[in-house]
Amino acid sequence: MTHPNRVEVFTGTLLATSLATSLCLADTPFPSTYQPPSHTPTLITNATILTGTGQKLEAANLYFVDGKIVAVGQDQPNLSEETRIIDANGGWVTPGIIDVHSHLGVYPSPGVDAHSDGNEATAPVTAEVWAEHSVWPQDPGFGRALAGGITTMQILPGSANLFGSRGVTLKNVASITYQGMKFPDAPYGLKMACGENPKRVYGRKGSGPSTRMGNIAGYRAAWIKATDYRDEHANYAALSDVEKKEVSKPKRDLELETLAGVLDGEIIIHMHCYRADEMMTILDLAKEFNYRVGTFHHGVEAYKISAELAENGVCGALWADWWGFKMEAYDGIQENIALVDRPEGSCSVVHSDSDEGIQRLNQEAAKAMSRGNKAGMDIPPERAIKWITSNAAKSLGINDQTGSLTVGYMADVVIWSGNPFSVYTKANQVFIDGVERYNRNDPTKQPVSDFELGQLLEVSQ
Amino acid sequence: MKNFTPVIALALFLQCVSVSADSLRINNATIMTMGSMGTLREADVFIENGEITAIGADLPGAADQVIDADGAIITPAMFAGATTTGLVEVSAVSESVDSSVSETPLGKLHVEFDVRRAYSPHSSLLGITRSEGFGYSLLAATGGQFSIAGVGSLVDFDGGFDSFSGSDTVFIDVDGYSSRKVGGSRAAHWMLLEGAMADLQRRASEQEYLTQAGRNILKRLKADGIFVFSANRAADIKQVLKFVGDHNIKAVIVGAREAWMLAEELADSDIPVMVNGLDNLPADFDSLGARLDNAALLSEAGVTVMFTSDETHNARKIRQGAGTAVAYGMDYDLALQAMTTTAAEVFEGRSRVLAEGNSADLVVWSGDPLEVTSYAIQVIIEGEPISMVSRQTKLLERYLPEDAGMGRAYINR
Repeated sequence: MTHPNRVEVFTGTLLATSLATSLCLADTPFPSTYQPPSHTPTLITNATILTGTGQKLEAANLYFVDGKIVAVGQDQPNLSEETRIIDANGGWVTPGIIDVHSHLGVYPSPGVDAHSDGNEATAPVTAEVWAEHSVWPQDPGFGRALAGGITTMQILPGSANLFGSRGVTLKNVASITYQGMKFPDAPYGLKMACGENPKRVYGRKGSGPSTRMGNIAGYRAAWIKATDYRDEHANYAALSDVEKKEVSKPKRDLELETLAGVLDGEIIIHMHCYRADEMMTILDLAKEFNYRVGTFHHGVEAYKISAELAENGVCGALWADWWGFKMEAYDGIQENIALVDRPEGSCSVVHSDSDEGIQRLNQEAAKAMSRGNKAGMDIPPERAIKWITSNAAKSLGINDQTGSLTVGYMADVVIWSGNPFSVYTKANQVFIDGVERYNRNDPTKQPVSDFELGQLLEVSQ
Repeated sequence: MKNFTPVIALALFLQCVSVSADSLRINNATIMTMGSMGTLREADVFIENGEITAIGADLPGAADQVIDADGAIITPAMFAGATTTGLVEVSAVSESVDSSVSETPLGKLHVEFDVRRAYSPHSSLLGITRSEGFGYSLLAATGGQFSIAGVGSLVDFDGGFDSFSGSDTVFIDVDGYSSRKVGGSRAAHWMLLEGAMADLQRRASEQEYLTQAGRNILKRLKADGIFVFSANRAADIKQVLKFVGDHNIKAVIVGAREAWMLAEELADSDIPVMVNGLDNLPADFDSLGARLDNAALLSEAGVTVMFTSDETHNARKIRQGAGTAVAYGMDYDLALQAMTTTAAEVFEGRSRVLAEGNSADLVVWSGDPLEVTSYAIQVIIEGEPISMVSRQTKLLERYLPEDAGMGRAYINR
């Protein structure tokens, strides 16, 4: 919300547009145009609230005004006159669910070849491409995910490449453009991939890498170039205007610009990596080039290095039960998420990587919680909910704005039909920035994508 | 199966006294028999030589081994859906995958491709899936050249090399996705299948679509086997109905995302379906009508419904699909039947209802067997409490201690 010209860009006057062009586009191309509409102040009463900060509040209230949480707890807040009051009848309320690993829009439904926009599998290093430029906002999967309580998600490219593309964080709001969904000022992600996928794709092409050691050499070569590029641009920027006239301005390179953004701490690394030993190698790689790995994705063997992940402040975005589909996924266990969660300072995240899984991330968390408890770890719902809310927000660098029901945070809220850690429970109402974007009992509050309009199912209902 | 090991979870919930396994009784359970006895509370089950000999309250008689279920739910061992368990170890390791044949030497349909010849009960998947509460699966041929993927049947997870049961089952693709295998149009599937059926009437020397071996097998399948058609689009399901009627064969439709549109006809034709309870996206143009209440609408219309998960490694996920079908309107008892006894009936295996005289294949659950937070506490196969240890539980035990001692490699070898 700090973007100075967003309102003007949104309203589209000529003057404002030109202003935006001159002031912003060089720094922030393809800016967010998302503007939540106004909403009635809303009080949810009589709710079992999982705050996302580790607390469970019984018979509690949640009050939000102008898109922000104003009060949470047992006390009755001072209400403005026109407040909408929703009696949750003891039902459960959680922060909006966040999926840090989705391919909605880049591998949309229907999954036809013409929609296959998730892997720029033409070279192992393609840090110059941005996933948002592949997002098809009409993917029916967005609406299905909304019905499962998803309010925010990161769209990532596939894992064919060592450096895949920038990822983009979206609000799950129906829009004609991805810019209309783009989470304002969320940091960009950069998807990198370990292991079997890059070496298989480029080994077959004969260009390499064709081995894991080839993968590592590929990362190192790219970071060396990026370090030089970053230094060259930083040195130039430090020159005085007079000095700048005496040297030529360094050329802009989209690939290296993104990598330099990582070195400068502005872009978060999302590293697809399965095996424990490879993850440890990647942490050493990050030390060599002085950057931070934000989150390991998939991490089927993350439980083997849970202490090391916590020590390094790295999140693990994991599945509840996937395993065995390839060699590096052979050691998958259902206690992975709970074991990664166990050490002090951990950041365990449940991710979907699936247009089905994103519709029921609460159930994925439920499975992981149950398996952890079966193994003797004492994980209550108020802790497990963090895996799909506040920890996910931390992974995306937006945990100062959303991911928990904290006063001043975005009013991204789900009202559930019951305990969200059950197969029978449904998201009944979903609010994004205070706006009711989904209501299970009100067809006028259920978005339908253009693609589905007039199609068989839409007609039959 | 003799080395029954009481694991941690078991010790938490059950008291188990193990001597030898000639007789076993389970006391104080909620027994969902899936048969005429319905659900019995605070009931016992008595097992001798692998067979259920009595079910009821306060059964008399001592047994070599006693399990106190402490009120836990017991169901028949579950059906894992159509899987390739025993035909695959790691999906992306091609030499460990035997479920499909793509480059056959002859340009003909290969009904004679029988995946049971490639089955191994020692696949780690079998132990992992079984310990999650599953007793059997439909062993499926997948993909393959042209329209016919091959033949399989039910397989019991009792660890035998040839634990196949029920009728021979042939797997046939007739959907849009597989049309690329037959020249680009799904109509070619029917051209080939009608040609294969016509071959049955031709002399051997005049066969066009089948090998001699294939002809013999198709003849048997037509008389006694079951044809499993993979189809989602309503129009394709309609073609299946026509083919089944024309040739008077027994059929099942798997996928069936738009089957709800033809629910009455499927019920009238007595054609069961096998659906994924989680399918609700227009994943392709064959599935524009996919919806979460598909199973509910079908079963309401009287169609026999089973579940599958499109998974083999994670076949255990099928429970989540069944639970979701219930959440979207399917009758709970029908869903649980679909998860336990229905497939045995449809594919003509032995009855899996918990009843006197039936093989004792059952599961003691931690809670509602369709709930995602529940898990199998103990699985009993043919009267034997099986080891609940798998590669995955061993990995857990290796990494659960926070102190690694001499190193993880020395823990739980």
